[in-house]
Formats: sequence, structure tokens, C-alpha cells
Amino acid sequence: MQIPYAVTERPDTGLNNAKLGIWLFLASEVMLFGALFSSYIFLRVSAPEWEMGVPEAAQNPAVWPLQFQKLKVALACLNTVFLIFSSVTMVMAWAELKRNNWAKHKLYLGLTIGLALAFMVIKAIEYGGKFSHGDFPSTSNFYAIYYTMTGLHGLHIVGGVAVLAYLFFFGKKMWNTEPERFAGRIEITGLYWHFVDLVWIFLFPVLYLL
Amino acid sequence: MSSTEGGAHAHHDDHHHPVDGFMRKYVFSVDHKWIGIQYGMTALIFLLFGFGLMMIMRWSMAYPGVEVPWVGQWLWPDTGGAMPSEAYNQFGAMHGTIMVFLGVVPLAVGAFGNYVVPLQVGAPDMAFPKLNMASFWCYLPGGVIMLASFFLPGGAAQSGWTSYPPLSVTIEATGQTFWLIGMVFLITSSLLGSVNTIVTIVQLRAPGLTWFRLPFFVWTQLVTAFLLLLAFPPLEAAGLMQLSDRVFDTNFFLPQGLMLNGDPLNNVGGGSALLYQHLFWFLAHPEVYVLILPAIGIVGEIIANNTRKPLYGYKTLIYASIFLGFMSFIVWAHHMFMTGMGTSISAFFQTTTMIISIPSVIILTALLLSLWGGSIRLTTPMLFALSFLPMFAIGGLTGLPLGLISSDIHLHDTYYVIGHFHYVVAPGTLMALFGGIYYWFPKMTGRKMSDVLGKLHFWGSFVTLNGVFMPMFIQGLGGVSRRLFDGGEAYAHAEPYLWLNKVMTHSAFLLGAFQVFFIINFFMSIFIGRKVDANPWKATTLEWTDAPSPPVGHGNFEHTPVVYRGPTEYSVPGHDKDFTPQSEPDPAPPEPEPEPEPAEEPAEAPAGAEASAGEEK
Repeated sequence: MQIPYAVTERPDTGLNNAKLGIWLFLASEVMLFGALFSSYIFLRVSAPEWEMGVPEAAQNPAVWPLQFQKLKVALACLNTVFLIFSSVTMVMAWAELKRNNWAKHKLYLGLTIGLALAFMVIKAIEYGGKFSHGDFPSTSNFYAIYYTMTGLHGLHIVGGVAVLAYLFFFGKKMWNTEPERFAGRIEITGLYWHFVDLVWIFLFPVLYLL
Repeated sequence: MSSTEGGAHAHHDDHHHPVDGFMRKYVFSVDHKWIGIQYGMTALIFLLFGFGLMMIMRWSMAYPGVEVPWVGQWLWPDTGGAMPSEAYNQFGAMHGTIMVFLGVVPLAVGAFGNYVVPLQVGAPDMAFPKLNMASFWCYLPGGVIMLASFFLPGGAAQSGWTSYPPLSVTIEATGQTFWLIGMVFLITSSLLGSVNTIVTIVQLRAPGLTWFRLPFFVWTQLVTAFLLLLAFPPLEAAGLMQLSDRVFDTNFFLPQGLMLNGDPLNNVGGGSALLYQHLFWFLAHPEVYVLILPAIGIVGEIIANNTRKPLYGYKTLIYASIFLGFMSFIVWAHHMFMTGMGTSISAFFQTTTMIISIPSVIILTALLLSLWGGSIRLTTPMLFALSFLPMFAIGGLTGLPLGLISSDIHLHDTYYVIGHFHYVVAPGTLMALFGGIYYWFPKMTGRKMSDVLGKLHFWGSFVTLNGVFMPMFIQGLGGVSRRLFDGGEAYAHAEPYLWLNKVMTHSAFLLGAFQVFFIINFFMSIFIGRKVDANPWKATTLEWTDAPSPPVGHGNFEHTPVVYRGPTEYSVPGHDKDFTPQSEPDPAPPEPEPEPEPAEEPAEAPAGAEASAGEEK
């Protein structure tokens, strides 16, 4: 038995199954992160106003802090750069595959994994810094939503790295037997990866700058 | 897939495992038919279990403090066999959770969606067979986690199936944490399942099966899958946040200055219980339509088949279902009129709630008009489908006073609400699902279920279900609150309505007794039911006309079916039999179509086609 349109495109929809599947999955992910962003807005607008020059305000954990004073904007900038570059290398990896250049494909795929790992290292440094200052999720709602959103995003990065690593180390066999199918896998992994990247593009200003 | 085989790529996936092992075939199966049966059997067991919880609760309401027959001494030896109030809270929360998330949805979507949809669209399997397996194997552990929570210190979840904070966060019971973990499993399962269903319907339709030739059941499953896909993630977010509140002591849902049993909680605070309610109902209202839409689809299939005429307003039904699905995302806060979220927000949700009743009424009216002029065969599935119409109508119409703010203030959290949604789900959806089981049982087993036992099951269930739920409206209008383990005995204003508790309880026990007919019938018919041919109901859709009963092996069809016509071409004038299979080509030159709705036009001018259909009838 063979499932139709697993690799080739269905003429009237212009999609193969996996591509439609990943878009639907991403739609559901939009709703997941959308709910968290909505919660962020809800919690923030219902928190008491920060008042400049009132020292008690800084002590009350219910007051929403000036975020850029609490978080390391420079590290997050660096992470943003890493992720954007990893998206570029992801596209390059796919393009090189389409040009039948396996060696370069491996190079770019490896770079994507490397950049993602670098992102996670920086994230770990950030988290470690917060923990050492005693800033835990239970400290205040700002930290709670910060850890929840970045933590969930980090889990998505980890999941992405797992898939990328699988394709990196075990992809050769499929590439030799079914190149079209393998290119499809790289493409849908890329779509997921860009989405994870995009979430960070929203998280960065919302959590660090606004 | 004979048409795609034979080329250079013939040996991709086909012959990896020439003989499937036992585990591959029956446990970790990737065949949608077996996965559908796995879903169905598991869901029926959960339904029975959830119903068992309910019977014990109903006993406690009718006879508070009296020993529960049969199981009381064994469950609660300390109290002499009477149900303690904490146990009632656990049972109540778990009854709701099990019935909705482990019973009805897996049966409607997991079982029927999995089994029937690929067959009706002429596909060899779901688009992603392995994801399909993963979906079932997320559902089952989720269910086991839920059940296991009964044995944890502090017992199972006990803050209602809605798990509202602050109670659900401050409560000690470990089961409350397990409830959240179980939900994450179930949400993952439904995510995988819904992606699979949508891709299957969009991508794997057989040649010639255009959008407006799809059986109505497939359309309802498509809309349902979109609801599951988009509505569940916010609950996942809410679940994760509540988990973090319980495990990491965050304060997403806890306000500042909270008191617990008279003592200040001294929590950091700053959170909002209302936030959880919004996230929860953003799922849970579409979930209502997840419960009802597949049932409507099943009823549509059975009615068309047993009236021997096309569904009235096929396209209208489809547009109404899509509109219903869309609207279901913007009515959620009508569950929250009493929370003080503000009059303008309440007014908005009151308006959208009134709007969503329109497509519901359109669907019900179209199904009712489908009966008009048909030569109705009162088969067992047809009885169930027919009973769905008035029962769903009662459930729907009693919802209107709850959607209007002024009357909701009086009725909120009373037994009226319980009666309303149970009418939609139990005599409504569940009866339709039973009808679906009787209808597709011959396809799954090659044997028919007994009509005598089936009709006993039907009439018994039909009468006793009304005996259980109709008095709830009276109690609710009288002001009896929900979630009272003594059935309202402690309240003076409930006094005149207490006798109804006994009516309901005895009806519930009788209802349980009538299910025995179903259980006997079900298992007996698997082995000694009357053998039938591929198409015992003389139906037109592909699962009946192009595959034997049960469909052979992995791949369903020997040849990919080709579709030439709409799904419900019954009693077409000039044809030699009263049903024209979708896969039957037109004889010679096509004659003018007598039935406008399901016929040959694809997407063009649907509005025009609809209007003309409306005028003619």
C-alpha cells in the first residue's frame, strides 16, 4: 500500500501531504503561542502601574517591572542574530540539496544546528544569571510568563535540533534512495524552523524591549 | 494503489513487512481501520466507566448518607458505604472529564473519523498512518493517567471538569496535577488526529470526488478537525500555566491577598482567575461543537440512507456547518456572564451566541425536512437518528435562555444548565453515535447487529434518558444548584423538587440496565450476527459500494475508486434501483439532473444553486 501524494504534489491543491500537514501544525502552534501572548497582555495590563521614583513599587512583585532593567538585552540581541542566521543557513541547506550538492548541504545543516545550540547556551547563561539572583518563576508574574514563554520556545528549539540532528546524521540513506522525499523532509523541517525563529522575533521585543 | 504502482518507484514502502506481527497488527497498528476500532473500544469502555461514576453520584443525590448498593461497602468502608462529599467532588470532576475528553470525542472523532473518513473519501489509509498510531498511543496513556489519579494521595481531580482556579491550584490532591498532565497527552493526541484528518480529506480524495460530492459526514469531520486543531492549543497553554502554578508556585491564576480556609495564603499574587476561564472556554465552547458536529454528520448519513432520498439542502448544510465552526470561536464568554467581566463584553458574547443558534437551526431544519416525502425505513440506526432530532432540539432551545444575560443570571450554575448540555450530549450526540455504531457495524465486522436487541436498547435508552434529564430543567428553574452531593437536601428552596432526584436516579439505573442489551448485542453480533454483503443498507457512498465488509487488509480498495456523482443520489428517476452509487458512471448521454443540490456543479455559483433549491421545495 502506498499513500498517494506523500512526495508528489496533488495537482488540484498544489501541495503534498507533509507540507499541508506542517502548515496545519504551525497553525495550531500559532494558537498555542497566541494564547501565551494574550496571557502576557492580560497579566501585564491588569498589573499595577509602575511609578517612576517610588521605591515601594520596585519591591511589590505584583507591579510589572521595567523589563529592560530586569533582562539582559545584549544577550537577547545576540540570540536574535543567531536565530536569524540559523534560518538563513536552513534555507541554504535546502537550496544546496536542490542543487544536488550534498557536502554543502551538510555544512549548512551543521551550521544551523550549531547556531541553535549557541542560542541554547546563551539562554542557559541568561537563566543561570536569573537563578543566581534568586529570580525564579515564583518571584513575580513577569518572571513567570518570561520563563514560560522562553521555556516553551526553548523546548521548540530543542525539538527542532533533535529533528535536524536526525536528518544530519541519518539522512544520507534516504537521500541516496529517495532524494525527492528527503528534500521534502528538509523543507518541512525548515518551515518549522522558520516558525520557531519567528516566535522569537516576537518574543524578543515583547519580553526585552517593550 | 494500482494506478501509481508499476513505475520505477514501485517498491517504496509497500512490501517492507510481508507478514505483520501480532504487535504490529493489533497493538501498534498503522491501519486506520484497526486504530478506529481501538479508539472505539477504548472510548466505549471509558463511557461505561464514566457512566458508572455517575450512577454512584446519582445514588448519593437521591439517598444522601445511605449506603451505595453493591459497591459502597467496598469503596468507603469507613462511612458505612455512603458516599463522602470529597468522593462526590472527585467523581463529578472525573465524570465530566472522562465523558467529554475520553469518551464522546474519541468515539465521534477518533473512532468514526478514523474508520469511516478514509473509506468515504476513497483513500487507502489516513495521510500519516504512523501519526495516527501515535495519536491513539497519546490518548490511551492520557486516559490511564486520568484513571490512575484515583489512587493518588488526596484522590483524583476534584475541582470540576473545568478545573477553575484558585481552587484547582490551592487544592492539595495530587490528582489535580495528574489531570493537567493527562490533558497535555489528550491535547497532543487530538492535535495529531486533527492534522491527519484534514490532510486526508484535502489530499486523499479519490479522483472525481470534488468538494461538493463529499459525503456530509466527511464535511462535519473536516470542520470538527479544524476546531480541534485551533481551539485546543489555548487550553494547552492554560494547562501548562496551571501546572506551573501548582508545581513551580507561580501566580498566573492567583490574585493577591487570597484567603484559604480563613487564612491568608501570602502568595505573590498578581494573577487572574478570569484569565484561566477565558483560555478554558476558548477551547471548551468549540469543544461543544466537536461533540455535536460528528453526530450531525452521522445523522445526515443515516437519514439520507433510510429515507431513500437526498439530504435536503446539502450545500446549505455544509455552509451552515462551516459557519457554525467559525462562530464557535467567538461565543466562549457566554459561559462567564456571572464573572463580572463587564457589560459590553457580555453584550458582545450574547449577540454572537444568538447568531450561532441560526446555523444550528438551519442544520436541524434541513435534517427534519429531509424526512419529508421519504419512504422511511425504521431500521435500528434510523430510530437513533430520528430521536436525535427532537433531543438535540430540546438541548439547543434550552440553551437560548442561558445565552441571554438576564435569564442566565437566574439559571447560572443550576441544574437547568446540567439538563441543557446533557440533552445536547447524551440524548443528542450519544444517541447519534449509537446509531452510527449500528449503522457501520456491518462494515466493520461483516455482520449485522440484532434488530430486536437494538430496538430494545433504543426504546429503553430513549425513555430513560428523558427520565434522567427532563426533571433537571424543573429543578434548575426551581433554583437547585449543581455540584451538591446531597442533591440539595440542605437547602429549603430545593425542598419541593427533591423527589425528582429519585426519579432521575431510578431512570439512570434503568438506563444502565438497558445498556446491557447493547453490550450483549455488540459482542454477540461480532460472532453470531447475521452475515451481510458489502452493502446491506443499499447505500451510495464509497465505503459501502467499493469495499467488501469488512474492507480487506491495509489499503482498503482493490482499485482506486472513481467518483461520478454526489453522495446521496437515492431514488433518482429513470434509474433501475433506488440508489445510485457514487462510483457508478452515468449511462451514455447524461440526462438533465432532477435534483439540483448534490449534482454536478463544483464550486461555481453555490448561492444560486442554493436559492433555486430553496424555491423549489
